[in-house]
Amino acid sequence: MREEGRGKGEEGEPGNQTVRALSVPPFPLPSSPVPAIRMDGIDKSFGAIRANRGASLEVLPGEIHALVGENGAGKSTLMRILGGLMKPDAGHVEVNGRDVTGWSTSEAIAAGIGIVHQHFMLVPTLSVAENLVLGAEPKSRGIVLDYKRAADDVRTLSNETGLVIAPERLISDLSVGEAQRVEILKVLFRGARILVLDEPTAVLSPPEVRELWTVLRRLRDKGDTIVLITHRLDEVVEISSTISVMRAGQTVARVKTSETTPGEIARLMVGREVSLSAGKRVQPSGRSAAPPPDQGLEVLNLSVMGSRGTRVIDNISFSVKPGEIFGIAGVEGNGQTELIEALAGLRAIFAGEILIDGTDISRSSVAQRHDAGLSHIPEDRHRRGLILEYTVANNLILGVQKDFSKRGIIDKTLVMENALREITSFDIRPPNALLAARALSGGNQQKVVVAREMGRTFSVLLASQPTRGVDVGAIEFIHQQLLEARAEGKAILLVSAELNEVLALSDRVAVMYRGKFAVVMPSSEASEEVLGEYMIGTKKGNAA
Amino acid sequence: MSAPSLAEGTKPTFAAAPWRERAQEALIPPLVALLVALICGDLLILSYGQSPAAVYRLLLEGTWGNAYGFGQVLYKATTLAFTGLAVSFGLRAGLFNIGGESQLAAGGFAAALIGLVLPVGTPLILALLICMIAAGFAGGVVGSVPAYLKTRFGAHEVIVTIMLNFIVLALLNWFIAGHLHVPETLHTPEIHAGVLPRLADIDSRFHGSAANLALIVAVLIASAVWFYLFRTRGGYDLRAVGLQPQAAEYGGISVGRVWMRALTFSGVIAGMGGINYVLGYKHYYEDGFASGAGFLGIAVALVGRNHPFGVIIAAFFFATLSQGGLAIHAFVPKQMMDVLQGVVIIAVATAVPEVRRILRDARKRSDA
Repeated sequence: MREEGRGKGEEGEPGNQTVRALSVPPFPLPSSPVPAIRMDGIDKSFGAIRANRGASLEVLPGEIHALVGENGAGKSTLMRILGGLMKPDAGHVEVNGRDVTGWSTSEAIAAGIGIVHQHFMLVPTLSVAENLVLGAEPKSRGIVLDYKRAADDVRTLSNETGLVIAPERLISDLSVGEAQRVEILKVLFRGARILVLDEPTAVLSPPEVRELWTVLRRLRDKGDTIVLITHRLDEVVEISSTISVMRAGQTVARVKTSETTPGEIARLMVGREVSLSAGKRVQPSGRSAAPPPDQGLEVLNLSVMGSRGTRVIDNISFSVKPGEIFGIAGVEGNGQTELIEALAGLRAIFAGEILIDGTDISRSSVAQRHDAGLSHIPEDRHRRGLILEYTVANNLILGVQKDFSKRGIIDKTLVMENALREITSFDIRPPNALLAARALSGGNQQKVVVAREMGRTFSVLLASQPTRGVDVGAIEFIHQQLLEARAEGKAILLVSAELNEVLALSDRVAVMYRGKFAVVMPSSEASEEVLGEYMIGTKKGNAA
Repeated sequence: MSAPSLAEGTKPTFAAAPWRERAQEALIPPLVALLVALICGDLLILSYGQSPAAVYRLLLEGTWGNAYGFGQVLYKATTLAFTGLAVSFGLRAGLFNIGGESQLAAGGFAAALIGLVLPVGTPLILALLICMIAAGFAGGVVGSVPAYLKTRFGAHEVIVTIMLNFIVLALLNWFIAGHLHVPETLHTPEIHAGVLPRLADIDSRFHGSAANLALIVAVLIASAVWFYLFRTRGGYDLRAVGLQPQAAEYGGISVGRVWMRALTFSGVIAGMGGINYVLGYKHYYEDGFASGAGFLGIAVALVGRNHPFGVIIAAFFFATLSQGGLAIHAFVPKQMMDVLQGVVIIAVATAVPEVRRILRDARKRSDA
């Protein structure tokens, strides 16, 4: 079944291993071998927003091609057009030399295009094998699902590609990294030979990312073509052979990876110079007078029970002082989410105490914790951080709606003034306060959340994955905001899957492993290598 | 601060979609749904060997065409407006109140009871107020039961409100049949105080129709619901819970408290609907007076798209169909109107999102 995938319409594509990326002429000259994907002059508008304006993309067969650009640059739209989810307003699309402009999703799948979306589309109550065969189930006697055959098929494919996963396991039991493996297996199972991966590493830990790279290289060596959408420039440099850069709906560059630098790609993406090192450390200005000892966040012997009756947080104690960023690294699923939820009042604690500026808030409601000086950038802006149908202006008052109402009636003038101010100072685009949050790109949605949480009065900030799925320019900006808050004497607890983010911003770092801190150390003594070992549990540390 | 400033020449705006676009989106989809329903109606009428044009003319003459028919439409629309508002208020908080039927009945019963207790000669305004509060209170009590069970134990409000319909209606039947009825009937004696003036008292052309000033109360409540939902902090919280409970919880909103409030007040609104029949029309409580109006409120809320003023319009529409059924009974069975109601509901549920999508696509093309 997979062998048919590459079938139709691929004349003149001999031995794609030999004509790989290295012979790519620089943008915008057309290349000589028949490209696996060729998109040209693509226009696509949504109302007044022009997502693609003459965008182009050329991907050679058997290469790993990185498609980079800020949020809202039009990458996803371009890939949706490729996958048949949308039809372009103008321009044309060729796959393996065949004009396929305006095709349907089923045609795209039949021609071997497989898109792995950023948000998983799996049925949690079904097994891996059942998810893979969904819609094309092997049947015995015409009606009964041939479960064994499905599992065998999955196992074969799994061994072929190195995407190891037991077919019997339930999706709900898988880690994020494993779920992603299933997503990739799913498109391969349908015969995909041109894979598009949308931000595949956004939710992965460093070891999981390395595994993914191994798999992608293996697929490439088998002759598959891979388009990788990502924001992370280090990844681009590590894995891709060619890079296309998009900005404001246009393709502004197509370069060989070996001939460029992360700095140049960042400049092309944003259109100006960007610093990649999360800014030079701003030294806290108020350090001269040591703060009173009970200021900031204090956590004593905290334990939290998980849904299966185990301790997901196991007797943790730590404190974050005013003017300090305390970073927590760790592979996702080791209790970081539960820790933040317990601190924010969204999850009941089993034992222990939480104090803000000396006040015990262990049993307080979310609203009482706000009043005590807690601010919280949640890890999931779609589920928690925003009400997607509400306008930007209304989202900018979520959690502080009390301050914007008089005798129970919301003061629209105050709400709008606030929106104007935050939109301007955080450069939220498009700058329209009455647009639904749903209509904004991921990076701009995150800016709304950050603007709101930084804009309120607070002394302790919980920043959970503050730059997840956000583009380079916005990452830089959010990092600066965090550093400024630190300089103003706020206590900041930073949880991030990005090791370099934790290292660059934090004064002290901890690694969470199975509900405990494996290690706590000053970030000046930490490095990615050291923390990485604690993260995967090969090294057990001082704080356990 | 090193914040990048906005790109040159752009200023933050509050530009909502142009009013023409919004008007198109608000009006065209329901009109298309109506057209679909009319075509289905044509086919049904033709199948009875009648002329659709003649039947529709009769329908219009029997409803909006004369004062009596129009008065009946007003009367029926009033009860539907109350129950429709009740359902839509719950839905705004993400809760499906199927208990309108029993809340309406309980409200009517309480209004009649108080009307019987109050002495003759109680000042009209005072009597009306007390009766209305009693009606709302009774509906609210019935509504607060599923609210409490949901908040406290997680019981699903759909199941509880449906089951409560049977319990409350049976209890009311027992009260009436066993204790409070006028012999040979299933209704209470006439109330002594709190009679709402009929429209016929103001304009004699409405003579004989049941329309009364409860209509004004319905419109006032719709306005109050609108103000609450879109202008107050409570409404902000309530809609937030309905759209994304987890985000609302994150924002410090107590989801349980909002559920409690939303279902209880949904019951209050449905209960107030009881005054239309009891205070405005018959002046007594009769067993089974609510039959169907509570459930039809669900359809009214759906067609009115959960907007208070949309609900009022939808209530008029369903009232017209219901009254129109009587007007055309000589030519086609009045049950045809029940079929048409069903067609309208399906047409709205399917055609409206589809037409809206087509409108947006067309606009995109003309912008490009």
